[in-house]
Amino acid sequence: MSDLLERIPYARFLNLQTLVSGDEITVILPFADRLIGNPMLPALHGGSTAALLEMTAMAQVALAFPSPRLPRPINVTVAYLRTGRPVDVFARASISRAGRRVAHVQAEAWQEARNQPIASLTAHFLLDNP
Amino acid sequence: MQDSFVDTILPQLATGSAHTSALGFVFDGLYEGDPRIRVPWRPDLVGDPDTGVLAGGLVTTLLDHIGGLAVWTAMAEFQPIATLDLRVDYMRAAHPRVDLLAQGKCYRLTPTIAFVRAWAFEEDPSDPVAAAQSAYVLNRARPAREKTAASREATA
Repeated sequence: MSDLLERIPYARFLNLQTLVSGDEITVILPFADRLIGNPMLPALHGGSTAALLEMTAMAQVALAFPSPRLPRPINVTVAYLRTGRPVDVFARASISRAGRRVAHVQAEAWQEARNQPIASLTAHFLLDNP
Repeated sequence: MQDSFVDTILPQLATGSAHTSALGFVFDGLYEGDPRIRVPWRPDLVGDPDTGVLAGGLVTTLLDHIGGLAVWTAMAEFQPIATLDLRVDYMRAAHPRVDLLAQGKCYRLTPTIAFVRAWAFEEDPSDPVAAAQSAYVLNRARPAREKTAASREATA
């Protein structure tokens, strides 16, 4: 399961690292210069944080609902809460509800402190159930 | 709008950061006053290895960035802005192994907040892969009642 994100070229591009603890996944976005979106601060590009959150949510859904096909996002909403500083980012997701076809997922990304998230995500995924 | 802003500053803002450069973003000009960015298809930007379609996270990054560009285009100047939030609807799978374009419109600029809609598509903006609605905070408050670029053009 931990190799789910390793199969995804874009996750490899971001160098995402996956840690599976029982039924919960933590995904790590290691800091790299090419993630910088604002060189003056400097700050991470919001898109790299959003991509981390989206991949984390997708991996959590894939862990809970194994399927040959990857869960497909229907929509995602990202709120940016703090500036992403040039250090590693961590993310976890939880499935609020999953029906037969759609899963509702929330995720948070943080850096130094879990209780000071830099961004949060709310998303719906299409499940590949028959 | 000043030529130097469109010819020099906007392309730099579209592609100049380390992240947008690593993703291969290319500034594609203004279309009816709205900026466009192209992402050339690359195998390392794919989200589903079974289909070769570009990753959703990349589309989100693209729509976030074109939204910021739409705000600077509307202000006709650069100033620091921050994305407040961003919603992306994925309407259909992107075509595999095809470049993706994004175009954004800042449809309301208040003294402190910019409201944007943006679309990602291969060729036809009316057949989008994904659509975004986003809000940006202006780090330096602007004078009240200043018109947007669009309304300036309409009254010119």
